[in-house]
Amino acid sequence: MGEIFALVEHRQGVIRDITFELLACGRDLASKTGGSLTAVLLGDKPDAFVDSLKAQANRVMVIDSPLFKEFNSASYQGALSQVLSSEKPMVTLMGHTAFGMDLCPSLAPSLDMPFTTDCLALDIADGKVTATRQMYDGKLNAEVTLRQAPSYLLTIRTGCFPASDPGLEAEITTVDSPIAAEPDYRKFIEYIEPVVGDVDITKSDVIVGVGRGVKDKDNIAMVEKFAEALGGVVGCTRPVVDSEWLPKDRQVGSSGKTVKPKLYVALGISGAFQHLAGMKGAETIIAVNKDPNAPIFAEADYGIVDDMFKIIPALQEKILELKG
Amino acid sequence: MNIIVCIKRVPQTAEAEVKVDSSGKDIERERLTFDMNEYDTFALEEAVLFKEKFGGTVTAMSVGREDAQDTLRIALAKGADSAVRIKAEDFDEIDAIKTAQLLKAALKDIGYDIIFCGSIATDDAYSQVGVALAQLLGIPHATLVTQIEADQGRAQVHRELEGGLLEHLDMALPAVIAVQSGISVPRYASLIAIRKAAKKEIKTIGSDEIAADDLRADIVIDKLFPPPVTKMAEILTGDPSEVSEKLSKIIKDKGLI
Repeated sequence: MGEIFALVEHRQGVIRDITFELLACGRDLASKTGGSLTAVLLGDKPDAFVDSLKAQANRVMVIDSPLFKEFNSASYQGALSQVLSSEKPMVTLMGHTAFGMDLCPSLAPSLDMPFTTDCLALDIADGKVTATRQMYDGKLNAEVTLRQAPSYLLTIRTGCFPASDPGLEAEITTVDSPIAAEPDYRKFIEYIEPVVGDVDITKSDVIVGVGRGVKDKDNIAMVEKFAEALGGVVGCTRPVVDSEWLPKDRQVGSSGKTVKPKLYVALGISGAFQHLAGMKGAETIIAVNKDPNAPIFAEADYGIVDDMFKIIPALQEKILELKG
Repeated sequence: MNIIVCIKRVPQTAEAEVKVDSSGKDIERERLTFDMNEYDTFALEEAVLFKEKFGGTVTAMSVGREDAQDTLRIALAKGADSAVRIKAEDFDEIDAIKTAQLLKAALKDIGYDIIFCGSIATDDAYSQVGVALAQLLGIPHATLVTQIEADQGRAQVHRELEGGLLEHLDMALPAVIAVQSGISVPRYASLIAIRKAAKKEIKTIGSDEIAADDLRADIVIDKLFPPPVTKMAEILTGDPSEVSEKLSKIIKDKGLI
């Protein structure tokens, strides 16, 4: 009873890090329910994946078929709806990723399973499942209770459950693919690699990141001058790219570049977790934002609560002085 | 082509302070401004682009309270032909799956060839409604869509994966397309269009048309609270010149200039 399933996520032949975080979360839940943890692996000849999962779960369930070489939520839903209906785990976990976001909200209602997404923390007590999520641009946390049911589906935010090595020895079970073909109504064609731009921001020691606070395309030139004074390059958040103020290859975050510069100066960036995920590995983070409660300040080493347009010229002058 | 776009009126919280109200389960709304969910502005633009390319009509739908009409009127001013409000006040505790159920019920008498929505709403951040709606309607879906081209009942769709990687899908229509921000640049409404939209009728659908007993929410919010602060930046204080003096020394001491 109280079985926990975690869905293995892989892409282009590599298991994605979120998988090990899901398994860590799953072990924690299994210890609360007294159940065991199963890693559910859909793949094409996934023996190498099995090896890296063996120590992570009580069981690895393998569905080996060329249909699962790449992720297609329609194929996954076809297979998993049958597996979950027959196995009836109490909780199935997947990543709140491009993969889980495309699968969970259709799979769960197809099985009448209560679900919620982007969970930071989970608890099971007295048969009740509760989750902690974020709302309102990450400015508030919400504790939510799921409708009681035999089975639940949840997606987990990246970076919330540190991966570990519990040294388990999983039983390996294999299941024949419950589906015979990729559904005609949705076919995976190919991957398209990101376009390479003129500047590779991941190679720079200093990055000046700008967010919505930059307000207008015309203000980018001022930021570029400032970055030049610091000997760095300009990066940005997603809304800046969406507004076409800077090209996509300058975007820092989960759907853009992951950067680890020596210095990251965040200007007018509130600190959406998708952006933080791409820059929190920086050695030193300086944040300038008007809102004292902006989440960026929790990630930064030094903060200035002020208008970026007042700070940029003043700081640029001091830096040029020190450089001599 | 019958084109549907689902939109939501949300508080604009990206650059505002958000406070929990006395119930502990909701936010203080008084000092916040409300507007169309940013992701839905991209969905609306894509819907209008589809109409311009293929002909047909755009119907904007929203589950919301009376003030959602203002947001629907923006959609009308930007190119939607008609608007439907599903009266949120008739159905308590609306989560994402219940929103999808309401949209499905409201779509019963409206034909559709494609349904656009945003991939996420910035208030509750579920990223569920579009994908769940497709499941309830029994049609395919894709979320995080950054490009779509339709031809003869099929669509070539690009989805954005992590790290800027895209995936190309070949899909059947009708489908629900939940768009990623940045798929296109949303247009502005002209003053004339805004004036015209103000006079248009907005259809409402409520508990007279949709049986509330048939609906089911998956979650209830027990409480809202500010995220615990585990770490905080050292805040430098002073006027711009003073803080710049301090900061430039820190940068120099770290050997960065």
